[in-house]
Amino acid sequence: MLRYVAKRLVSLVLSLIVASLVIFLMVEVVPGDPASFMLGLNATDETLNALREQLGLNGTLVERYLSWVGGMVRGDFGTSYTYRTPVAEMIGERMWISLPLALFALTLSTLIAFPAGIWAASKRGSLVDTVVMGITQLGVAIPNFWFAMLMVLVFAINLRWFNAGGFAGWDAGFFVAMKSLTLPAIALALPQASILARVMRSSLLDTLSEDFVRTARAKGLNKRQALWRHALRNALIPVLTIIGLQFSFLLAGAIIIENVFFLPGLGRLVFQSISARDLIVVESVVMLLVFAVVMVNFAVDIAYAIVDPRLRTRV
Amino acid sequence: MTFLKMGAVSALAMMVAGAAFAKSDISVAMQLEPPHLDPTSAAAGAIDSVLYSNVFEGLTRFGPDGSVNPGLAQSWEISEDGLVYTFHLAEGVKFHDGSAMDAEDVKFSLDRARAEDSANAQKALFGSIAEVEAVDATTVKVTLSEPNGSFLFNMAWGDAVIVAPESIENIKQAPIGTGAFKFTNWVQGDNITLEKNGDYWGTPAKLDKVTFKFISDPTAAFAAVMAEDVDAFVGFPAPENLPQFEADPRFQVILGNTEGETILAMNNKLAPFDNVKVREAVAHAIDRQAIIDGAMFGLGTPIGTHFAPHNPDYVDLTGMTQYDPELSKKLLAEAGFADGFKTTLKLPPPSYARRGGEIIASQLRAVGIETEISNLEWAQWLEQVFKGKDFGLTIVSHTEPMDIGIYARPDYYFQYDSKAFQDLNSELSVEADPAKRSELLKKMEQMISEDYVNGYLFQLAFPTVAKKDVVGLWKDQPTQATDLTAVHWAE
Repeated sequence: MLRYVAKRLVSLVLSLIVASLVIFLMVEVVPGDPASFMLGLNATDETLNALREQLGLNGTLVERYLSWVGGMVRGDFGTSYTYRTPVAEMIGERMWISLPLALFALTLSTLIAFPAGIWAASKRGSLVDTVVMGITQLGVAIPNFWFAMLMVLVFAINLRWFNAGGFAGWDAGFFVAMKSLTLPAIALALPQASILARVMRSSLLDTLSEDFVRTARAKGLNKRQALWRHALRNALIPVLTIIGLQFSFLLAGAIIIENVFFLPGLGRLVFQSISARDLIVVESVVMLLVFAVVMVNFAVDIAYAIVDPRLRTRV
Repeated sequence: MTFLKMGAVSALAMMVAGAAFAKSDISVAMQLEPPHLDPTSAAAGAIDSVLYSNVFEGLTRFGPDGSVNPGLAQSWEISEDGLVYTFHLAEGVKFHDGSAMDAEDVKFSLDRARAEDSANAQKALFGSIAEVEAVDATTVKVTLSEPNGSFLFNMAWGDAVIVAPESIENIKQAPIGTGAFKFTNWVQGDNITLEKNGDYWGTPAKLDKVTFKFISDPTAAFAAVMAEDVDAFVGFPAPENLPQFEADPRFQVILGNTEGETILAMNNKLAPFDNVKVREAVAHAIDRQAIIDGAMFGLGTPIGTHFAPHNPDYVDLTGMTQYDPELSKKLLAEAGFADGFKTTLKLPPPSYARRGGEIIASQLRAVGIETEISNLEWAQWLEQVFKGKDFGLTIVSHTEPMDIGIYARPDYYFQYDSKAFQDLNSELSVEADPAKRSELLKKMEQMISEDYVNGYLFQLAFPTVAKKDVVGLWKDQPTQATDLTAVHWAE
């Protein structure tokens, strides 16, 4: 097991180094000078130069890369060009919206998908199965931003149960804050839940047809007992993979939902920073997201090994 | 007591309380969030939108109609030769941190803006200042190197507000000004709050608390107003929704003008736009009203030159470039392009440009001019079009007030180089007599229109949607301000 973890750790560090290079180069070659963006149409060359100097934009590529990576290793993400505040602080603040939102959505999605998938699998071919599969088909097909707008229309504009968007802040109290995250979380969770339920169902059906389940049944377990005691655990591997992928997707990919609900999360921060050419923020946030994805994958790999001991030796 | 009764009683109590205490706070939404809170070191209009005259004040200030009024300077004398301005500051003015605002602060602010390492986006406003001298606590003498007829106007810009040396270090996050509101908090990405300044030197604000919310997405903007999450939305981004608000008794729609001249800019140095006949042909090929209706849902005033129609010196020259595709074809043939030509049309992100660009492209196609449209982000637009001058045509709104002077800069992106115009502009800059200034400005408007420097489309409108009983919001946008000092709720 230790060797397995060590190998996974080495590949984790390598991925991060490669990712930092790719991100830096991609962001830096995009045309658009942050200084002229900030100073607008009337700025003189002299002013532009003064600002570029202040922002440290006059160094070479190598110098800038090294100082960026070096800073990150020490936990210093630099200072945002446009906001002029430490990037780490900004990310920290936004994280307190994006992370709970992603977790909230993931919890909802799992809470819906597990029972739905298990139920459909255990009643394969029945009416229940058909209805659950039909709904999840719809859930996969409906774009989540469209669903989000529909929810705003119904629950914010017509019923007034929720605000149309914005984030009340954790200072306003846990329930008030969670309330502002509820509609976005549902909008994010529904398509995810649909996918997850389908994966859960098919993976469970696959394992149910395997030899060890048949053996269990032969030993006298009924269908239900066989499913809960033996099949479920083994069916979890593909499901874990999907949950891992979904978490990173939810964290990074909530940009559209954050725009619909004007939530000041990480996704919106990246979006704004790209258009403002706030390169250092873009680089740092993307790097952080890569880090999150890599870490989640690492955690999923470890979880595999726990669920299925055979994987530990198959490195 | 049953639940129902309790509910009824508390509802009644709330209603009574509501009537007894008039609402004293407001939440105002706008599309763009300021990048930081220092109006003197960025071009972002969003900074002024939040802070201008609410938090920061200058020597002079713009009124709601664009007039230049006394601000921190209550009065002034101008020497005979127009070189020395002696400003008399208001008495007893304090910054929000309690320190006194005096002549030294004015000197500091102006000297900082014009310093060599200054990052002031409008440094040119201070270009004619030779010396600033604090005569006594409330008297400032500003000496110019040459007479400047727009000096008082220049001092009313957000970029010329008075700041204090003691608080300059943290101004970007914690702005400290002299205005009727003081800054309290900023939740980045979401809102900025201000509260009433109890020690204000002038007429106090009527509201106790103000929250600015930032909602960039047009659909989200609509939802926020409809759900009454916000009390007002200034610069409402979805003109197609305005009729719906007009029909809703909960809201009022205020349609105002901006200083934004929206133009189809032409690269005057690039063939074939270096030929005035071609530029004239382009101007006649454009149906302004069709663009206003199609791209802006009818919002916008047609213009025929680079000047705001609400300005008293505006000359209506739209007749010179009436829509006439036949004339346009004839002019093209005369210029040697009977079969038309191909050029680029580079569009920045705002919808006036993206939607308007499609319409203009089809109007140009009708006279034989094929355009290759490319959609650019702002940063790309600034790099390629504005700085690189790599474009044939582009659409952009010039939102700086009174900016006809850009036509005197041959290296400006549309590259109009006319000695006659430059002479007029130099004459204007040293002229202080209002009648003569007006005459010169009219001549300048005429000249760029006759030279068909650009295609003049329309003055950008400024729609505000607010709850019915909000009183005192600015209708027009003489500068990008959301001045809330006189805003209150109707009784």
